Amino acid sequence: MNEMYKTTPTKPAPNNSLLEKYSRWLVNNPVLVLIASILITLALATGGKNLSFTNDYRVFFSDENPQLIAFEELQDAYTKSDNILVMLQPKNGDVFSEETLTAVADLTERAWQVPFSIRVDSLTNYQNMVAEEDDLMVTDLVEDSTQLRAEDLTYIRETALAQPTLVKKLVSPDGTATGVNITMEMPAELSDEDRLLPKEERDLKDPQIALQLAVDDARIMLAEIEAKYPDIEFTSTGLVMMNQAFPEATMKDMSTIIPMAFGVIIVGILILIASPVSMIATVLVVLMSIMAAMGTAGWMGYKLTPPSASAPTLILTLAVADCVHYLVTLYHNLRSGMDRKDAVVESLRVNAMPIFLTSVTTAIGFLSMNASDAPPFRDLGNITAIGVLYAFFLAMTFLPAFTALTSRAKKVEKKSKGSQLMNGLANLVIKQRKPLFIVMGVIMVGLAVLTPKNELNDVFVEYFDETVPFRVETDKITENLSGLYLVDYSIDSGEEGGVSNPGFLAKVEEFEQYLEARPEVQHVNAITETVRRLNRSMHGDDQAYYKLPDSRELSAQYLLLYEMSLPYGLDLNNQINFDKSTTRLSVTLDTLSTVEMLQFEKEVKAWMDDNTPSISTLGTGPTVMFSHIGMRNIISMLSGTSIALVLISLILVFALRSLKFGLISLIPNLAPALMSFGLWALLVGQVGLAVSIVVAMTLGIVVDDTIHFLSKYLRARREQNMSAEDAVRYAFNTVGVALFVTTVVLVGGFLVISQSNFLVNSEMGLLTAVTIAVALIVDFLFLPPLLLFLDGNKKIKHESTSSQAPVAPNAA
Amino acid sequence: MMFNNAKYQSTPRAFCLAALCLSTTIVCTTALADQAAKDRGLEIAIAVQAQDDGFGDSESAMTMTLINRAGKESVRRMRSRILEVPGDGDKSMSIFDEPADVKGTASLTYSHANEADEQWLFLPALKRVKRISSKNKSGPFMGSEFAFEDISSQEVDKYDYTYLGDETVDGIAVHKIEAVPTYKHSGYTRLINYIDTERLVPIKVEYFDRKNAALKTLSISDYEKHMDKYWRAGKMEMQNQQTGKRTVLTWSDYAFQTGLSEKDFNSNSLKRLR
Repeated sequence: MNEMYKTTPTKPAPNNSLLEKYSRWLVNNPVLVLIASILITLALATGGKNLSFTNDYRVFFSDENPQLIAFEELQDAYTKSDNILVMLQPKNGDVFSEETLTAVADLTERAWQVPFSIRVDSLTNYQNMVAEEDDLMVTDLVEDSTQLRAEDLTYIRETALAQPTLVKKLVSPDGTATGVNITMEMPAELSDEDRLLPKEERDLKDPQIALQLAVDDARIMLAEIEAKYPDIEFTSTGLVMMNQAFPEATMKDMSTIIPMAFGVIIVGILILIASPVSMIATVLVVLMSIMAAMGTAGWMGYKLTPPSASAPTLILTLAVADCVHYLVTLYHNLRSGMDRKDAVVESLRVNAMPIFLTSVTTAIGFLSMNASDAPPFRDLGNITAIGVLYAFFLAMTFLPAFTALTSRAKKVEKKSKGSQLMNGLANLVIKQRKPLFIVMGVIMVGLAVLTPKNELNDVFVEYFDETVPFRVETDKITENLSGLYLVDYSIDSGEEGGVSNPGFLAKVEEFEQYLEARPEVQHVNAITETVRRLNRSMHGDDQAYYKLPDSRELSAQYLLLYEMSLPYGLDLNNQINFDKSTTRLSVTLDTLSTVEMLQFEKEVKAWMDDNTPSISTLGTGPTVMFSHIGMRNIISMLSGTSIALVLISLILVFALRSLKFGLISLIPNLAPALMSFGLWALLVGQVGLAVSIVVAMTLGIVVDDTIHFLSKYLRARREQNMSAEDAVRYAFNTVGVALFVTTVVLVGGFLVISQSNFLVNSEMGLLTAVTIAVALIVDFLFLPPLLLFLDGNKKIKHESTSSQAPVAPNAA
Repeated sequence: MMFNNAKYQSTPRAFCLAALCLSTTIVCTTALADQAAKDRGLEIAIAVQAQDDGFGDSESAMTMTLINRAGKESVRRMRSRILEVPGDGDKSMSIFDEPADVKGTASLTYSHANEADEQWLFLPALKRVKRISSKNKSGPFMGSEFAFEDISSQEVDKYDYTYLGDETVDGIAVHKIEAVPTYKHSGYTRLINYIDTERLVPIKVEYFDRKNAALKTLSISDYEKHMDKYWRAGKMEMQNQQTGKRTVLTWSDYAFQTGLSEKDFNSNSLKRLR
């Protein structure tokens, strides 16, 4: 919008440039342009039919992510970790009653019917081993829950609460809550072969449909069991439930946030431009940009994740800015009495280049998100970049064509209050440049150095806010039964059957005991516990034999015997791999911050290296994956952000035609992100995954302000030979109001995104909103003193004494 | 509502009567057809079992190869001895040779149709015979895709049969028979057996888990006839559809009527094995 405020009410000067020719052609053929742009939009939009929601937390990890690879290897070697955990809390506070145990047995039985279930673990089907001399009885802990005598209940309570494998896993130590854990083997992906199957069979292999089938059935199961046992409270969680929470949260977001954002722009445009036609034009451009971008995403085979599903709102916010620039000039021209066609041509003339530049820089910022290690952000970046560029295309075609047909405004003579305010601000800034420079400088540095004070914390459960039922239920289960914070260690003996090697088992036991002694550890599930228990059972339940056997043959033969006595689905494959060379040790932890989690990982690894080097390995699992995701993405985004910074700086140097000012612009371009992180450190203190993309993303947006301000300043210096002070006044007067207006629109849009119930989005929205607001403050209060300081000394003597800007143009 | 017009409304009673007759006929025909299919299924199952009658006892060697999703293999070896028990499940003994750490471990099983099998296990490292009492042995056998119930004695009474028709599997004409376990602790809801119409031996079995979802498929091949009468498979391959893992059993060194008797199949004889 650099030149728009300079326009005069007279007919624009004849200009034979390509743009001029195009504009003239356009205003004479608006219907053609309108129809063509609508048809192109619709063609792209049809790709929307290919869009679907993803429902797998693993989408946050690229195929190359080392933590994901380790986790997939572990899942391949043992039973899968996908699960649904149902917690039962009887109102009388005692799990060991006939009613509750019957409910557990009922639920266990029914849980086998949930599609894709391969294993169900509960208090009732726990395989209890009792020895009587040389007779070994392996039975369900609760055989028939309807015929329990008082002494049976006592026996069950005592047995269950004495089992290290059960306590804090399937039963709370105080016996007030118990769990039924359903392990599921969900289909991984639909292969090309599977696509040819009949629908019913294909559905079972389609991860999305499969998940829906499983969750739907689990919910029916819960509804039935809740109705049957009104005195027991049922709560559910697990990775399968979390996966389902993703599409549900995404859809909820889309159904609330997008309408909210549209509401904001409708009201905003009506207030700022006071023209219903403008409002309709803007809504149409925004709508078409979103349709085209989302449609293209569909054609490109993208899946919607909560982050990429926020693309429509981003496009909406950014596209509005393009429209505002064009429309403000147009209505200014119309109100100055210009003919409609001329007004359109003139508005295109002055806006085409700035809108192009700002669209390109914004798109670069978003495209740099391709460097992210988290694929949802790559998708978000690409979809938004497409939308932003498409909005530029529409601003050059549909928008002028539409307004050429519809816009009208009465000629009014009105002084803008805004420009007077800007003039006052300019004088204030010039007068107080020294204190401002110092104060702003101190604030900027002060906030920037606080940036590292932010603690990186990605808690996947907390990605959903408290309005998402999954989050509420998970918190409750974590509090009352067992946490979702699991770390798995796949411990390798190095030889087939080596799991029975006494030397190996001794090391595993040492590790097990070390972990159990750690304060943050709730529960350790290790094969050594099974072997100790077997050894005791093989010696007539003599407690003296509750220890590891000293020969490999004994352990191997115990395990062979044990395996032969277990029922379907309760085998040892969740703990031992197929050739018995490795064993899985699972640790349940308290809810830890990412920092604590990484510390835990580091300390455990160091301990293993020192004490059990032969079995030293890193833990894996979703908890570990999400602990690394923030840092990994920051590192991967460093290169993306750097490339964006270089490209955008080059564009600035080109646009400003000055290397010096290109370099100066780095300060107002980079400072806002650092300052908002500093501010965040003071107010919130914790950042997650979102933080990694905010710098690159905001860079492309805040740079627009700098382009506008500096280009005005330089024009005044170069073309009108003004002093630095007058050039600052000129810049304030020409673009001050417009910068303020677009900032308000952008901050409004990002504040809407911050309402997301998905933490990554809401953090991103809020951080971006703060950054954009800070950017305007820096551009208004720090950039002018900086320019006067660096550029003003030489010519300050020739400065005009007038306190009034030489050109006092009208503004929005 | 094809009858819902004026013509039929005038004679509701006649309509009801007609409908009653019709539905009774359908129910009866269906029931009769069901019964016929069951009879036919049982008939074939009995025929399969009958042609094996009188084998007396047998010995064989077995190699079990476990193959995981990535194609990695792990091998176990064992020998087995079976004593035919007319009128009840067979008595069988398995002696483990590999892996080395379970060498000499031996199991003795008295299988029964509708009650828990009796089982003893000799652990050489412990030098003791342990009697295992477990109703539910549907879990994997030695970590393989086979459950104990898949390879233990297949008695007619263990299932209810329904004949589903004739088909061709790998160019072989088969009877397709559904078998529903009668033992309540079985790991399956049903099996579908594909019985070679000529040799009367199963060549394929499909297993369905507790939620009636396809669980695994067994392919049985390399049959050889022993003593001119008894068919024995040389290879059994179990593919788990849910986990992608599979297990291949190969049988060799079959010997029949080697003079084994009851006294070789009791818990004391376990200790004497080598």
